[in-house]
Amino acid sequence: MITTADKRGLSFLEEVTRATPGGEQLAHCLQCGSCGGSCPNGADMQYTPRTLFALINAGEREKVLSSNTMWCCVSCYLCTTRCPQNIPITDIMYSLKRLAIRDRLAKDTDAPALAKTFTGLLDKYGRSFELGLASRFYLFNKPLAMLKMGPLGLSMFTRGRMSLIPTKIKKLDQLQAIINKAREIGEES
Amino acid sequence: MRYAYYPGCSLECNAAAYDVSTRAVADLLGIKLLEIDDWNCCGATEYFSQDELTACSVVARNLALVEPELDQVIAPCAACFCNLAKTDKLMAENVQISAKINEALAAGNLSYQGGRVKVRHLLEVICNDIGETAIRDKVVKPLANIRVAPYYGCQVVRPIKGSDDTEYPMQMDELFTWLGAEVVDYPVKTHCCGGHMTQISEPQAFELIRRLLQSAVDYDADMILCVCPMCQLNLDAYQGRVNGMFGTNFNMPIVYFTQMLGLAFGIDPKDLGFGKEIVAAEPVIRAKLAAVPVGNTT
Repeated sequence: MITTADKRGLSFLEEVTRATPGGEQLAHCLQCGSCGGSCPNGADMQYTPRTLFALINAGEREKVLSSNTMWCCVSCYLCTTRCPQNIPITDIMYSLKRLAIRDRLAKDTDAPALAKTFTGLLDKYGRSFELGLASRFYLFNKPLAMLKMGPLGLSMFTRGRMSLIPTKIKKLDQLQAIINKAREIGEES
Repeated sequence: MRYAYYPGCSLECNAAAYDVSTRAVADLLGIKLLEIDDWNCCGATEYFSQDELTACSVVARNLALVEPELDQVIAPCAACFCNLAKTDKLMAENVQISAKINEALAAGNLSYQGGRVKVRHLLEVICNDIGETAIRDKVVKPLANIRVAPYYGCQVVRPIKGSDDTEYPMQMDELFTWLGAEVVDYPVKTHCCGGHMTQISEPQAFELIRRLLQSAVDYDADMILCVCPMCQLNLDAYQGRVNGMFGTNFNMPIVYFTQMLGLAFGIDPKDLGFGKEIVAAEPVIRAKLAAVPVGNTT
């Protein structure tokens, strides 16, 4: 179904383009397929980037945002540097991830939960906290997998590679003021 | 040579071997690293999946905190390097986004002008600013007989186009030639390690890790050299589980390039973080570099 969910009345192509610095290049996709052919996870994607871009162009908003394509992207940037039209493909994948999270269309992936847990810890401490990330992420999303992670965590711990307590930055209030302001500006625009 | 230093969260603990070996090697080469006071996490790939303006503002706080008399920052972690460099570039090229990021920074009494600080990766600084002659001069224990597979991964060479090729880089290859090592020319040196996929989809991540380890084995490598904590973690810590999934028998040590650089410079292995890797590097180092004593590192 073709939908225009954007309240500004933009087409889906315009919506994605505006959400991505350099995104206007998307309109110039040649459908050459270098992106999907380069992608280390291309075989696992419902739609390769080439197909996805054709769907964006056709306004297939829901089909695109509920697909697994962007969640297969691990930001290796190979498609981006190979694209003959200079489309910032990895950054477009980030935009699609953000839109899918915002519109609650992401499915069959734990990636949004990982992102949320990670950034929550960053907001709280100013630094990442691996034990906190792993324990929270697994406990709330895949508790059974925690059993498999146990021995790995232990061998990391015995080698001094896993801290039991988080490191906090000194000026946490400064960082949080910046984060809050950035969110506020983001919501306005 | 004075540079601001952004270690990043991984180097505080899980990649402590990278941090200590970086500091030891930099000290010996006359690279003065001045750690950014009170730096914060770069947000990895996770913040950009949630909120771009906040992601950029979190990164920009670090650039804003670089001391005014310094104009270059070194990041040894590939993801930190990528985020710092991308944000700096975006702020230099996009006036509107730069204004918004600065509006956010102003809430913390900070500001940053895109392009003020040059973001550089440690590997490139060592190869370009120090260079072949000075490095050869410092080698006291050549890495002869050892076959090293330089692994660049993704974000050191992409998307920011630096002084090396995005798909077939040579800087680490050349550096290890200067150290006397046998450098393995294998076809996957800029392939992806799976990144955060180990947490989200093990079948996907483990297949990518398997391909890298298999290629290194096929080309007779004794060890893989990393320039990124995520790559090191995935190839090292998950190697046993990859063996379990595919019935393989990999036993490939994965070390940071700075650790082997330090060995060649005669730095005590204890000061280079050896022993923190899950797949022990000591046996192969002992066997191949008999002249290089490696102490009890555990």
